[in-house]
Amino acid sequence: MGQLSGPTDPSADARWEDHPPRKGFFTDTSICIGCKACEVACKEWNHNPQDGNLELLKSSYDNTGALGASTWRHVAFVEQGQERVVQARESGRALVSLGMPAIGPPAPAADQDLSEVDTTPPDTPDFRWLMSSDVCKHCTHAGCLDVCPTGALFRTEFGTVVVQDDVCNGCGTCVAGCPFGVIERRSDGTVAVAAQREEPHAQPPAVPNVGIAQKCTLCYDRLIADETPACAKACPTTSIKFGDHDHMVETARARVAELHAQGLTEARLYGANELDGVGGTGSVFLLLDEPEVYGLPPDPRVPTADLPRMYRRAGMAVAGMVAAAALAFLRGRA
Amino acid sequence: MTHSEFDSFRPTEPARRRRTDRRGAGRRRDGGDGSREMPMVPEAEFTSYYGRPVVKPAPWGDDVAAYLFLGGVAGGSALLGLGGQLTGRPTLRRNARVTALAAVSLGAVALVRDLGRPERFLHMLRTFKLTSPMSVGSWILSAFSAGAGVAAVAEIDRMSSARLPLGPLRPVLQAVEGPAGVEAALFAGPLAAYTAVLLGDTATPTWNAAREELPFVFVSSAALASAGLAMITTPVREAGPARKLAAFGVMGEMVAMRVMEHRMDPVEAEPLHQGRAGAMLRWSERLAAAGGLGTLLGGRNRAVAAASGLALLAASALTRFGVFEAGLSSAKDPRYTIEPQKNRLAARRAAGITGDSITTAG
Repeated sequence: MGQLSGPTDPSADARWEDHPPRKGFFTDTSICIGCKACEVACKEWNHNPQDGNLELLKSSYDNTGALGASTWRHVAFVEQGQERVVQARESGRALVSLGMPAIGPPAPAADQDLSEVDTTPPDTPDFRWLMSSDVCKHCTHAGCLDVCPTGALFRTEFGTVVVQDDVCNGCGTCVAGCPFGVIERRSDGTVAVAAQREEPHAQPPAVPNVGIAQKCTLCYDRLIADETPACAKACPTTSIKFGDHDHMVETARARVAELHAQGLTEARLYGANELDGVGGTGSVFLLLDEPEVYGLPPDPRVPTADLPRMYRRAGMAVAGMVAAAALAFLRGRA
Repeated sequence: MTHSEFDSFRPTEPARRRRTDRRGAGRRRDGGDGSREMPMVPEAEFTSYYGRPVVKPAPWGDDVAAYLFLGGVAGGSALLGLGGQLTGRPTLRRNARVTALAAVSLGAVALVRDLGRPERFLHMLRTFKLTSPMSVGSWILSAFSAGAGVAAVAEIDRMSSARLPLGPLRPVLQAVEGPAGVEAALFAGPLAAYTAVLLGDTATPTWNAAREELPFVFVSSAALASAGLAMITTPVREAGPARKLAAFGVMGEMVAMRVMEHRMDPVEAEPLHQGRAGAMLRWSERLAAAGGLGTLLGGRNRAVAAASGLALLAASALTRFGVFEAGLSSAKDPRYTIEPQKNRLAARRAAGITGDSITTAG
């Protein structure tokens, strides 16, 4: 058993020898245009079926809704008014003044100015659209991987977390174990349509991997061939960047410093801190508002971090139960 | 606009026309005439992403809740069986052993049925993983079933006057029967308690928040359920220990449940009081109290004992289903994920701990 929490190199923890550097995404939502090319590229490359029926969710231009068994990239789309933009700017500024975190490269030079500078720039928009391509976080301490009973989920040499389709028996424990709500058991879907109009649809097209847990593999098959994951390759604005995890975190820090220097204090990083509840994520995000606005948990914690204590408590409970039974019989005898 | 040779195959577009007729009309009233972008949602509280859940509920059906109950009954019964074995209560021993096997078999079937790929149930024993309560539990369940199976088959053989086609294995069975009862009892407690760890070790808000006391609730519930079942099946003369165990179980569950709710974050504890889950847990407490009182006051009367036993069984089942449903509903509402997390983050910041947030300024 490796480490259950705290900073670590996940591949080394999983006893990979001579593994390549950890790979990851940096999703810069400040330049995402919400085109959903990543969603499409992901579905095409991974042969993921359609989720349920095509329907309009009537909430925003996002009609995908959430990450799921057949949606491994999901572009969130948020509309906000001016008031909310100002609030986001304030909450971002509060983060800067907290002086967080104390790790990584030296704090950006912009820091000193921010307390004095009027950070409501003249161009605070009347409203804005937030677009963010969400994906599996490939956590340093992955809740799904920890609780998988069959060993179907495993840590790759790239430090990512992947399901083995032929091993998973669909117990569903990982679904509840993920603090980000990423992994899901595939229930149904449609994967192909008739090529000819006359072709009968009597037999619904076969869906691969029904009943087993599915999530982003960070295109494990492409990584092995030294290729970029499909979503990053398809992204037209380089909002999705792919590379060595360390390099991604550096890029993210530089970018957030750049935005802060422009007075855009709403910019912040999500997942770049290895001291957080999941030991840092493999997919780092630059967000322009609080994480919950994008449907991300504000303070995720891998449940397994508390597992040793839970086992101890269960042990005490077992001792209590056995003692109660013993007492019941001993007294009965007397 | 693109053209292709397949354009002629395109159906007319009723969907779009419908939108203009119905929903489009509604939107027009907001003043949108198409000349500028209109927000599709008027004004929303952006505490979540359009009210969508953050974490996903486990894809578990009532089968799993039923297993929580049956596993507890099996574990408690094995303990009663061992007690009967060691203190010379043959009827209690026989009944408890048989019910242990019946409960654990039904429970295992329920578990397999709930799998996404039931035919791969044996993959559960592909590896042993301490970090996975489900893996640990599968091994506990297997080890328990082995002992409970042997002990119960020995009883069935005796009940049928040695009619089981065992041949030369009969002496072997009779020799290992006692040790098998001990082995099953050894895994009985873990069988009753591991399910609490299984639920606690998830990102499902209410289950995770209950992780400290849930094992105590579950073993108490297992004790009172198995004792209740023994009170139904076994004559009062031999059911004395079952009555005491039932009383201990009722007391344990009442205390553990109260401590648990008290120590949980009030928001995360909310699903335990609301809706179907809340109703089930309220009835569970009432039935447990009634069953416990009946046991203490009239447990020596066969009819009262059986009625009390029935109430206790129902109470245990309701506890498991209630906790199970409360967790699932807590995962479906983003509030239960976001609010407690925001609060604990703010509390840590207020205490001067600022280095462990997932959101950072750089």
